[in-house]
Amino acid sequence: MKVAQISIFIENKTGRLAEVSRVLGDAGVNIRALSLADTSDFGILRLIVDQTDKAKEVLKKEGFTVSKTEVIAVEVPDRPKGLYSILDILDKGKVNVEYMYAFVERCGENAVIIFRFDDVDAAIKVLTENSVQVLPGDRIYGI
Amino acid sequence: MIWNDEFETLPREAIQSLQLKRLQQTLQRVNATVPLYKRKFNEAKVTPEQIRSLEDMQRLPFTLKQDMRDTYPYGMFAVPLEQIVRIHASSGTTGKPTVVGYTRRDIETWTELMARSFVAAGAHKGDVIHNAYGYGLFTGGLGAHYGAEKIGASVIPMSGGNTKKQIMIMQDFGSSVLTCTPSYCLFLAEAAREEGLDIRDFKLRVGIHGAEPWSEQMRNEIEENLGIKAIDIYGLSEILGPGVGIECIEAQTGLHIWEDHFIPEIINPETGEVLPPGERGELVITTITKEGIPLIRYRTRDITRLIPEPCICGRTHVRLERMSGRSDDMLIIRGVNVFPSQIESVLFNIEGVEPHYQLIVERDGNLDTLEVQVEVNEKTFSDEIKVLQDLGNRIRKDIKDLLGVTCKVRLVEPRSIARSEGKAKRVIDNRQSD
Repeated sequence: MKVAQISIFIENKTGRLAEVSRVLGDAGVNIRALSLADTSDFGILRLIVDQTDKAKEVLKKEGFTVSKTEVIAVEVPDRPKGLYSILDILDKGKVNVEYMYAFVERCGENAVIIFRFDDVDAAIKVLTENSVQVLPGDRIYGI
Repeated sequence: MIWNDEFETLPREAIQSLQLKRLQQTLQRVNATVPLYKRKFNEAKVTPEQIRSLEDMQRLPFTLKQDMRDTYPYGMFAVPLEQIVRIHASSGTTGKPTVVGYTRRDIETWTELMARSFVAAGAHKGDVIHNAYGYGLFTGGLGAHYGAEKIGASVIPMSGGNTKKQIMIMQDFGSSVLTCTPSYCLFLAEAAREEGLDIRDFKLRVGIHGAEPWSEQMRNEIEENLGIKAIDIYGLSEILGPGVGIECIEAQTGLHIWEDHFIPEIINPETGEVLPPGERGELVITTITKEGIPLIRYRTRDITRLIPEPCICGRTHVRLERMSGRSDDMLIIRGVNVFPSQIESVLFNIEGVEPHYQLIVERDGNLDTLEVQVEVNEKTFSDEIKVLQDLGNRIRKDIKDLLGVTCKVRLVEPRSIARSEGKAKRVIDNRQSD
């Protein structure tokens, strides 16, 4: 049920994002979804890619600090209040969202949202009990 | 083990009477042969004959690095050039280098003191000494080399740089003792890991490190990463080069300064007054056997204190506490004295933080600003912004609590702070230009 995400430490200076994408591109790694969280000095680039281990390896080799985190991909109805319906379930289930971002591609008729929780297993339990579609990694890497 | 049992364990009274005799001879000699000293003694209204005890030394004028620059290149030599068999020069980061000349006897003295130092550090005949101090004008390489040969060890004259080759030779030749700067030592360990090698698996047993100030935490880091005993050595080219003082492997606490050749004093760097025994201040050294360039009360700019208590190793020579910085490395940030080594201790005390840091000092209007750049690594990196911000805040708070100075902490990518193959460049002070 969990999806592997890689996070990369990036200093706020020109060319660093380009460098990450070049390194991944040269290794034939395709980015499936991404989000950039930034502060005035640094940012954290979070990526879901088709080849997680390979991406981590090539980035580390190029001197980047990389970590692997588990996130959850959830199918969300692509209509007004679609996102609310999911967040409401999480709220009622007292599950805290660390951060979230949307997938570029759709999965059939639905949008895909990536969630990072402090308690991943509790989140999966709450979501599946409420019949929310949690997507497995294999589906996500190949979208 | 002790190299020169007779001199290294001389009773205190015997050391002091030897020091006085040698000091008086030195004063006579420089008064007669070095015009700068004749003038300085005149100005201070003191004659060599008036120095009848070691306490009388306080009447003697100081020698400054500037005096050596002013008399560049040979003005401080106390013997004719034809008696000088070796000339070294310190890196002149600002202007001309500082030149030092050695007579044949000076080279013998240096060799003896480096031999004592190697043995104090636990080296012996049969060791393979990997000497990664720079050979050339810098005194480190050749100074260590002669002493290593003297004790009968096999010396590899590696010199600095060419890190991959250093690692290959260290592994293949079975180096058992490594001499280099402490920052380069950690750099070697890091470079070896990148090659998939672990120096702890090598034959290396002892590291002898000096030429830049380093902390106790950095010693732990070195000992852990290389699986060795790390020994602090002290020296400066004006006085001799490496081998002025060294820690003994028995205590690893404080550096024995060879008192049959040097007289150390600790002064208040602001007023020049000699401080009571045990107080911390600037180290001043008088050479009492040097022929080429004898120096009277030379201000080293190094901050330390004397440890008068007897040492467990049996040597009777007084110990200098690990240098806590240089009075001219000292940054004054909004009126607060800050040594880079203090910032280093703060960083070392935070779990996972590595000793790769740089201090950037700027002036914003009339206000000094200090930025501490710290590399993020696998241990400190988190996927969550707030964890990284907490790390930055923790460093800032610890620096504020310990040093009383507010700084900005900037987390930077790994390896983005330049690794030096010689002395680490810890401070970039951009204030001088205004």
